[in-house]
Amino acid sequence: MFYDRDIKNRLMLGTAQYPSPEVLRAAIAASDVEVITVSLRREGSGGAGFRDILRQSGCRILPNTAGCHTAREAVTTAHMARELFGTNWIKLEVIGHADTLQPDPFGLVEAARILCADGFEVFPYTTEDLIVGEKLVEAGCRVLMPWGAPIGSGQGLRNIGGLRAMRAHFPKVPLIVDAGIGAPSQAMLAMELGFDGVLLNTAVAKARDPVAMARAFAQAVTAGLDAYRAGLMPARDMAQASTPVFGMAELLA
Amino acid sequence: MISILGSGVTGLCAATALQEAGHTVEVIEPRDSPPPASWLAGGMLAPFCEGETAPQVIVARGQTAVDWWAAHVPDVARRGTLVLSAPRDAAELDRFARATEGHGWVAPDMLEPALSGRFARGLFYEAEAHLDPRAALTALRGGLLTSGCVFREGAPRGRVINCTGIAARAALRDLRAVRGEMLELHAPDVVLSRTVRLLHPRFPVYIVPRGAGRYMVGATMVESDDAEGITARAAMELLSAAYTVHPGFAEGEVIATAAGLRPAFADNLPALRRVGDVIHINGMYRHGFLMAPALALDLVSLLAKEPAYAH
Repeated sequence: MFYDRDIKNRLMLGTAQYPSPEVLRAAIAASDVEVITVSLRREGSGGAGFRDILRQSGCRILPNTAGCHTAREAVTTAHMARELFGTNWIKLEVIGHADTLQPDPFGLVEAARILCADGFEVFPYTTEDLIVGEKLVEAGCRVLMPWGAPIGSGQGLRNIGGLRAMRAHFPKVPLIVDAGIGAPSQAMLAMELGFDGVLLNTAVAKARDPVAMARAFAQAVTAGLDAYRAGLMPARDMAQASTPVFGMAELLA
Repeated sequence: MISILGSGVTGLCAATALQEAGHTVEVIEPRDSPPPASWLAGGMLAPFCEGETAPQVIVARGQTAVDWWAAHVPDVARRGTLVLSAPRDAAELDRFARATEGHGWVAPDMLEPALSGRFARGLFYEAEAHLDPRAALTALRGGLLTSGCVFREGAPRGRVINCTGIAARAALRDLRAVRGEMLELHAPDVVLSRTVRLLHPRFPVYIVPRGAGRYMVGATMVESDDAEGITARAAMELLSAAYTVHPGFAEGEVIATAAGLRPAFADNLPALRRVGDVIHINGMYRHGFLMAPALALDLVSLLAKEPAYAH
């Protein structure tokens, strides 16, 4: 599924900003997530205490390069992550702007090329741009992570048309909506559109009750996936009466 | 005889409470030990604001801290806390209001005229207070010395109470460090009389007035046990937040920067722990000045139940 790993729970959680590691642990348990992501750029190698808690969760760890602004920084951070966590998985973020946290597609493709060649299994945080997506796939990425909206904004899927187009354009590449998700309904919509997963952090970590919110997101993601697999009915412009109705004015298209 | 290991806020509060309960107390502080983490604290007594992320026990028990400190050290400033956000982060202010109690909406410049025209609205936590950690710890030490407590190096002679913060990690395996970075500014052009918190989705910052134009700006929260000096990034974030609150801070002199390690358990809650014959008070996290008095009183109750220490 994701780099030949079958991940049943398609919700993935970030691990930052929780009230405590204990609450994070409870949120992971309540949502039953299998994959968690963790940043390293700022913490460096000094965060052993926190990393131990993450390992004890039993989740598969997807280290990320959050906070890296150049390809070189991201590559260095990825190497450190591989050493500290013993995994080839890396969520590649190359941030183009410190304020909007928008990905830098040029640095991203460059870093992806280097890391894929070096045996990493790269999950690139990108926009919904199709050409950037193609370049990333060409660089060796077998998963793409388009944003829903800017990181931490909670705006949901800001460009649904673009995301639909991306889904259609990359029918065989697993696509995970990463960032910008604020509500379970938005996560569910992503899954209904046929995305393969949703990754989020702030909406859970900063909820009044992160544990209950994690559970809500897990249910929404499961429901969205089930709905997509079950085949959603297409929307129509008017009601479809179950019995013919005569005598109505004829509606012209 | 009770031997307190450590002379940070936890150790000095414990020593004070024990001595007031009639115990004979000594405080052990090795000469080469680093300054306690509480030396770098904000010194905010802000149980309601902490309630944004901390559980109710911190909010409830923390409320007793203001009176305890006012009874033991001079210059506890009962000025409340003013919480602000930049206009574009207004949603953060609404979220903070929903997540906390004990506040009311205010026009910030009604409380702090220096903020005139800068912020349309803010949250005011009237019951909160602040103190200067170094002055407060020095005063506690003075009180202990006056009443016969001995501060010394060497082996403890009495029942051991370990209050050594992150240094107790070998005995408390689930203790971790949460690095905090702070800086101090001398900015006499800016006149603020109370703690100001600036909310930001990624790095919330507080500014605590220390008197005579000095301000403490803190503090980062990094899951790391690296005790090296503050990073350039931390300095930029803290200073840009201060600048957002008042541009006059940009003209101030940076008089100190420092990084410290907050000791924390997995639930980020301070606790009394027994390990063999030793009682530990640790895991103060962000809540040293707020919770050390409550934990010290818990310690007194705990010892009162032990036959050897009951009076």
